[in-house]
Amino acid sequence: MVYLTRKAEFSASHYYHNPDFSPEENRRIFGKCNNPNGHGHNYTLEVTVKGEVDPRSGFVVDLKQLKEVMHHEVLDAMDHRFLNKEVPEFFTRIPTTENLAIAVWQRLETKLQKARLHRVRVYETPDLFVDFYGEA
Amino acid sequence: MKAHLTRRYRFSASHRLHSPEMSADENRATYGKCNNPHGHGHNYALEVTISGPVDPATGMVCNLVDLDGFVENEVLSRYHLANLNMLQEFAQHVPTTENLSVEIFEILQRGFAHAHLERVRLEETMMNSFEYAGGNEPQH
Repeated sequence: MVYLTRKAEFSASHYYHNPDFSPEENRRIFGKCNNPNGHGHNYTLEVTVKGEVDPRSGFVVDLKQLKEVMHHEVLDAMDHRFLNKEVPEFFTRIPTTENLAIAVWQRLETKLQKARLHRVRVYETPDLFVDFYGEA
Repeated sequence: MKAHLTRRYRFSASHRLHSPEMSADENRATYGKCNNPHGHGHNYALEVTISGPVDPATGMVCNLVDLDGFVENEVLSRYHLANLNMLQEFAQHVPTTENLSVEIFEILQRGFAHAHLERVRLEETMMNSFEYAGGNEPQH
């Protein structure tokens, strides 16, 4: 088994707010991230796929296809967007880094052809990242 | 759904690698420049990885304010700008980055109750790093 990781970057804005909480609770739990006007990050995405090396091509996966799927499913939808208002997953879920990693996984999982998704890593900043392995 | 969250922190500290169980020659042979009696320092980078189900109400594994507060009060305030050899935990143990990783893991394991601790990773310099997961093999 060989693991292959492809990196991408996108920039987006978001804010954290749960309509079931009172305004005070929202401010207490989410702090500055509760500002309804939003704030932004430069996100770095790492997608790791796994598989056996194809003896003819020497590839685990066609990197071009992986790159295209990442662009189409993630970057086109999220780059330079306000996540809460423009990305359907975040109409109901809070766009934390945790939920972002899960959303990226769900977007990619069914679209990849030969590659098996191993890990989605999302860096919100160089000092904070979340890994999702598709675990229930 | 279960996610893993890693947070990165920085601190600077000095140490000297020297074992009282070894002769002066053996210490020099084992630790080389790190055995300099006056000590030397590093800018350490610490990564703490926690895991758990993502709370649907908050979208979080745990509130970063809790993790940052714990690490600040229990780890960084203890080690930042300290001479490690002067601390009680290194009275009997050589303050290698291996031993420091284990210490930091145990501080978190004892006191941080907001999420499951997966591992700590400690970079002594940009060229070397150490990981400890409580004696378990890291899951991934």
